[in-house]
Amino acid sequence: MRIRTVEISVGIFMLLGFVALILLALNVSGLTLKPKAGGYTLYASFENIGGLTQRAKVSMSGVQIGEVRSIRLDPQMLMAEVEMSIFADVDFISADSSAMILTSGLLGQQYIGIVPGGDMDVLGDGDFIFNTQSALVLEDLVGKFLMNQVSE
Amino acid sequence: MILDNIQRLGHRTLSKCAAFGRSGQILFQSIVARPAPMMMLPLLIKQIYFIGVLSLVIIVVSGAFIGMVLGLQGYTILVDYGSEQAVGQMVALSLLRELAPVVTALLFAGRAGSALTAEIGLMKATEQLASLEMIGVDPYRRIIAPRLYAGFICMPLLSMIFAVVGIWGAAVVAVDWLGIYSGAYWANMQQAVDFREDVINGLIKAVVFGFIVTWIAVYQGYDCVPTSEGISQATTRTVVYASLAVLGFDFVLTALMFGDL
Repeated sequence: MRIRTVEISVGIFMLLGFVALILLALNVSGLTLKPKAGGYTLYASFENIGGLTQRAKVSMSGVQIGEVRSIRLDPQMLMAEVEMSIFADVDFISADSSAMILTSGLLGQQYIGIVPGGDMDVLGDGDFIFNTQSALVLEDLVGKFLMNQVSE
Repeated sequence: MILDNIQRLGHRTLSKCAAFGRSGQILFQSIVARPAPMMMLPLLIKQIYFIGVLSLVIIVVSGAFIGMVLGLQGYTILVDYGSEQAVGQMVALSLLRELAPVVTALLFAGRAGSALTAEIGLMKATEQLASLEMIGVDPYRRIIAPRLYAGFICMPLLSMIFAVVGIWGAAVVAVDWLGIYSGAYWANMQQAVDFREDVINGLIKAVVFGFIVTWIAVYQGYDCVPTSEGISQATTRTVVYASLAVLGFDFVLTALMFGDL
């Protein structure tokens, strides 16, 4: 009987450890076993993406509607081409929507905000968003501010 | 006079070298030379019970409090910069990368390592190890090996439990008490934490620390002077050496994993 309780408690301990690992994987690092099925892909080119990274969120009106899948440099246009994966149930982004790179808070993560337009047509898989606004780079702003000060 | 000092220095150096040799011999004899994992299973389970299950209380309690303190401290600092949403990623990264493996290893050295040393030391002092050998049972296989394996198995599990409890403890403070939006807490954390980079590297650290702590504890117990004074000194040495080794190796591992040294 004594040995049995030892074995049971060891089993519970091992299970706890593995549950902890699974929690860390799924809940803390946001690892998903399979990519969210049924999403569709949009592209957008930016002159400057600032500190945007993979898996940054894509949001509309502050609500997350997808995430950044990959970022690459377009060799002809010399612009950053961002591939976004949008949830399948968000199928009402109008064709003249614009994408901009925003920052959450002063030091927060950068993300893509999509501002809807008024067009009746909607964007589908593989479409481009043409109206884009680059990330606000603090150094550029400071530079402009200083130039204005000097010219005055 | 000078010759005496030089002689003493040489003697000390040689005996340190011999101690390293003996510790390597223990490791080799009990793990590499004659592995018998099937026969060992009941012994192993008993050791996991003593080393792991009984350490669970101290690990869970300290994990919860460390997580809560991290949440509180992080909030009070980050709120000045208006980015208190980042408290989730701060807590998760510092726990997964550093605090969970290191603090667990330190607690493990104090809770389980000292007990291992004292137990094996007392076995030696009461000549149980010698009598085992007399009746033809290999003490390395019967006494040392299950304890070493139990240490390797328990440390990573304890470290994971520590991290989970800490992160949820911080969530209680930050989300429930201080009123950070829970979506921001978890989403920022999930965006910042990478499974391979952070969780797996923390796990590797925990395995290495478990190895170091149990090895030192077992060696100090097996090699102690078989008197009550010798056992008490060996226990102290276990805690001191294991803690120092863990902190030192933590720097080395961090430099290898995250730094570009």
